[in-house]
Amino acid sequence: MNLSSFSTPFGMTRRHFAQHLAGSAAMASTSLSFGAAIAASADELRKNHKSAILLWMGGGPSTIDLWDLKPGAPTGGPFRPISTTGDMQISEHLPMVAEQMKHLSIVRSMSTREADHNRGRYYMQTGYVPNANIEHPGYGSVIAHELFDQRPDLQIPPFVHIGGGGTGPGFLGMAWAPFAVSSNGQIRDLAMKIDDRRLAQRVAALDLIEGGFIKQTRGGEAAAGSPASEHQKVLAKTLALMTSDQMEAFKVDKEPKEVKERYGERGFGQGCLLARRLVEAGVPFVEVDLGGWDNHNDIFNTLSDRKLPELDRAMSALVEDLAQRELLKDTAIIWMGEFGRTPRINQTSGRDHWARSWSVVVGGAGIRGGLAVGQTNSDGTEVESEPYSSEDLMATVCKGLGISLDKTYTSKNGRPMKIAGGGKVIQELLA
Amino acid sequence: MRLSIATLLCALATCGVAGAASPTLAPQVAEINAMIEQQWRDYEIKPAPDVADPQWCRRVFLDVIGRIPSVAELKEFSEDGSDRRQRLLERLLEDDRYAEEYAGHWATVWSNILIGRSGGTDRRSLTSRDGMMKYLRDSFAANKPYDRMVFELVTAEGATKPGATGFNGATNFLADKVNEESGVLATSSTSRIFLGLQVQCTQCHNHPFNQWKQQRFWDFNAFFRQTRSLRRFVAGTDDIDHAELVNEDFAGQGGDPSDALIFYELRNGLVKTAYPVFIDDTAIGTSGFVSESNRRLELGKLMLASPYLDKMMVNRFWSHFLGYGFTKPVDDLGPHNAPSHPDLLEYLAKEVRGNSHDVKQLIRWIVLSRPYQLSARHTSANEVDDPMVGEAPKFSHFYLRQMTAEQLYQSLVTSSGATATGSYERQEQERRRWLQQFVVAFGTDEGDEATTFNGSIPQALMLFNGELTRQAISDEDGGFIKRVIAENRNPRDRVNQLFLAGLCRRASRDELSIASKLLAAREGKEVEMLQDMWWAIINSNEFIMQH
Repeated sequence: MNLSSFSTPFGMTRRHFAQHLAGSAAMASTSLSFGAAIAASADELRKNHKSAILLWMGGGPSTIDLWDLKPGAPTGGPFRPISTTGDMQISEHLPMVAEQMKHLSIVRSMSTREADHNRGRYYMQTGYVPNANIEHPGYGSVIAHELFDQRPDLQIPPFVHIGGGGTGPGFLGMAWAPFAVSSNGQIRDLAMKIDDRRLAQRVAALDLIEGGFIKQTRGGEAAAGSPASEHQKVLAKTLALMTSDQMEAFKVDKEPKEVKERYGERGFGQGCLLARRLVEAGVPFVEVDLGGWDNHNDIFNTLSDRKLPELDRAMSALVEDLAQRELLKDTAIIWMGEFGRTPRINQTSGRDHWARSWSVVVGGAGIRGGLAVGQTNSDGTEVESEPYSSEDLMATVCKGLGISLDKTYTSKNGRPMKIAGGGKVIQELLA
Repeated sequence: MRLSIATLLCALATCGVAGAASPTLAPQVAEINAMIEQQWRDYEIKPAPDVADPQWCRRVFLDVIGRIPSVAELKEFSEDGSDRRQRLLERLLEDDRYAEEYAGHWATVWSNILIGRSGGTDRRSLTSRDGMMKYLRDSFAANKPYDRMVFELVTAEGATKPGATGFNGATNFLADKVNEESGVLATSSTSRIFLGLQVQCTQCHNHPFNQWKQQRFWDFNAFFRQTRSLRRFVAGTDDIDHAELVNEDFAGQGGDPSDALIFYELRNGLVKTAYPVFIDDTAIGTSGFVSESNRRLELGKLMLASPYLDKMMVNRFWSHFLGYGFTKPVDDLGPHNAPSHPDLLEYLAKEVRGNSHDVKQLIRWIVLSRPYQLSARHTSANEVDDPMVGEAPKFSHFYLRQMTAEQLYQSLVTSSGATATGSYERQEQERRRWLQQFVVAFGTDEGDEATTFNGSIPQALMLFNGELTRQAISDEDGGFIKRVIAENRNPRDRVNQLFLAGLCRRASRDELSIASKLLAAREGKEVEMLQDMWWAIINSNEFIMQH
């Protein structure tokens, strides 16, 4: 058995496994439902697919100290603005990102209403406010769902979530759930440790039990969407992944040392590097998490000593690398958290939750770079231009990715739901 | 014990689906049934048929003691009289042989509610997970009244860690929630978990969808301001050994302890003041001196009298057994979030108060009620009853749900003996290490977290290839597979025992047929065939689902 390489996963090739699975189907009295997922050809994916990378800043980053500084105002804090390669200034603690701003734009007029972590995350990641009666799918699941059809050969899950936990697939079902991995790309329990023929035979027995249970719980009727049949779909995706050469993309360790150093050796840097590898391999949506932005206390030291250096190195490396590889024109980048932070500095030198006026950063996939869209007032407490929402931001990204905004999902209780919640495209960014 | 599978199958075949219709049932069960059935009539829903006895047995073992039954336990149940459902429930609740598992299961469930799955797992944490578990195990073992338990958790003082001087495990609920940010987390957790009032949004502003106003939040917060969590270090080092939760005189932010007020800021920067005032507008003394006014003690007393305490108890236990509470989320009873069965919630809330908040009584009422007897069949006759698509639950069929990671672990450990051997502490460590692989933190100060044990790919990979599965299907001497071989006479009985152990049913004709083909493929090595079949069973939807 060869455990050291994904290229011949665990001593087998995909074609062999597919053959064994076909062989083991003879054991069961019905055809195998897992077969289809494995039978897909393992040809090289077509390049230059559209993709999106979400850099998620959990906790609510202080955008007034990063992207929309107010030097001299009582709310301004100690950081100074510096010039960039785009038509805007940003924080002095993001010098490497400043070099890449010609590729990225800042939306400085985000104005939202949810200033609680869970509600804010839900809203920014789905475009809907939480509602007890329905679970909306996250943007990651929606974009993966929309772009997946264009790449039937993809064997890696279409939504990979690096280094965190996030919004689920909602009514799209568990088959569109994010595949959560750590930033080193190591996937627990990927190695199956038995020979492929025996695995295929076990799978045949498993398939029989799965099918029986689905029938039993649905009284013989169509089983789509029931937890029992969702389980079966996830097993099929798991088998597809276990036997795929494409899993090579997770081997972030194979990158040259200088590349790893350029991204930064900490979790978020390696996560960004992994995101680039996954996008190259054709994964439509990748989320990379950097937490620790909930700075109610001692915010300025925390930002200048820890958060911003890590962000600066990794984010600049990702944009630069994607641009050099000519992937940026097909890859949307979205940098955001659940909200911004209060312009007022509190009694413990921190900033609290603030959703009324804050910033996000976007670029790639045809979205114009180098711009600062919208503006806030002199102390950052109000948006002075047209306010933008989560839905507007996502409509813009979808447009850049070529996803039709007219597409409507119907949840099972008949409620129609527009992609990006019916948001308006931010025209300046796509002109 | 040597089991005759033939005898067992015989017994299973004679099992009816009765059992819940015994004349000795509590009147509360009839009331629940009447109210639930009324709604079925209103919505013209035909409920699913009753679930077969063996599946009901599996269901109640999972919900009451946190694991599936062994083949011997299934047999004992199946051979019992016509009131076997009631008698099984009594065994699980009252028999000494289940006392430890009952207490351990509910301690696990409540630890996850009170301190999250990651509470006490970080080196810098002031929480002792051992201390929390010990307190809860003792409480559930003694069937401590629920209101008493809440009172103790809210008012506890003392050391967090078992063995430390002044140990009081109840302190672990608040140990990590009072020092940072003026006790904001203590405020939001206490009101949400025990009263079903979600106030975290109102910390910073009046929330449009929430009746709570910002003033209310800080009034509630004022109850926690005498409380500190003090670090106690390992002698001669700066490693935290444990914490001590204490009440100290509070000078207030105006500097006058006899009138200890606090300040908070409106969004426009205006500063307002707050004193301890309960959600029903009852104010207590303004003194910050603990000798004059022990604020948490006063809060505990006010909570004991609150009807929200009763409703929250009912909602949480109902949701534990039926998969959905009367509200979603289960811990939001605010006026903006109408319950699916308001009369039933109201009725049960009065009944738990009238019955001294007796946890086991509430469990009896729910477990023996009609909705809990129904099968998971979802058909055209109850098609509209689908909470997964956002409809309010009607409880006309059992809602399929996944076992928790804890239930899976316990089930595999019990059925297959897949576990570390050794002391309780060693096994508990092993269990926690395994559970931690699924916990994901969100990186906020509120300690929000999620689990990847949610039916997605990492979970499937773990069950396909993980260490726990490897142990479960091990062919070691004395292991599960070898025991199955020793206890039965032929391959067919052995395969049937695997299905009974994992799924509480015999193998179907097709399943027996694939087993015999596997036996041929394994060149007659029966151990290997049984390994393959057991692997398939524990990876199936039927195994992982509570149904």
